[in-house]
Amino acid sequence: MTDSKEIKVREKQELTSPAEQTTPGVVFTPQVDIFETDKEITLLADIPGVKSEKLNIDLRDNILTITGDVEPGEASGEEDVLIEYETGRFYRQFTLSEVIDQNKIDAKLGDGVLRLTLPKVEKAAPRRIAIKAA
Amino acid sequence: MIYRRFFGFPSWESRNPFAELERMKRQMDRLMEGFTGPYQRPDAGVFPLINLTESAESFFIRAELPGVVAADLDIQATSNTVGISGERKIPAENKDARWHRREREAGKFSRIIAMPSEINPDQVDASLNNGILTVVVHKAEAAKPRQISVR
Repeated sequence: MTDSKEIKVREKQELTSPAEQTTPGVVFTPQVDIFETDKEITLLADIPGVKSEKLNIDLRDNILTITGDVEPGEASGEEDVLIEYETGRFYRQFTLSEVIDQNKIDAKLGDGVLRLTLPKVEKAAPRRIAIKAA
Repeated sequence: MIYRRFFGFPSWESRNPFAELERMKRQMDRLMEGFTGPYQRPDAGVFPLINLTESAESFFIRAELPGVVAADLDIQATSNTVGISGERKIPAENKDARWHRREREAGKFSRIIAMPSEINPDQVDASLNNGILTVVVHKAEAAKPRQISVR
């Protein structure tokens, strides 16, 4: 992917109909890439400003929830001159159709990008049942 | 003149008639803010979007650049502009991957930000943390506010 096209401005997408939030603040939908191979599903999400300790990944009942809180980077003595983007929580949910091996989920966070690897459960090997003569 | 008395601008920086209009617009925006909460200014339409803040000593430029590494960033400063350019690369994945979603974009970007006052281009400090670029630009000596004591 080393094409030389220019990146277009895309405003951060604000979440419009979330389940009601208990904490005040804006909630954004991160942009994601999702691809699948025979063994695993990989999810890449852009969550700039989220520290690893503020990132929460939850998988239950086939619903994957990613929540990341962003602390404002500004110090208290700073005055706004031009504000083009806002910061807030990142939140996105996915329904997974495959059965995921929960123990082998791997999450890496670097340069504001989350890489989540969800290995599929290996198909149960057919077991042969020997029948003993009575 | 009445405008000047209302809003108390001690001097015109330029005699450009549009500058006056521009100022008027800004004043209106500020008025609107009082009624409707923070007024959403239209952005410049150039990637990356920035937030510019200032303290008495310096300006702070912040931009969200997830997935951009420091080596692919180029920051240049003159006495009144700061240029941010670079490339966002998304490494190729396994060939037999089947894609479900592709929302993240790769490509080049370049933006020049005009600073509100003169800066010191020799004292520019940039850092990249968790996908957020912070550029700290020190104001030129002449542009720093000075405490004037009243006798």
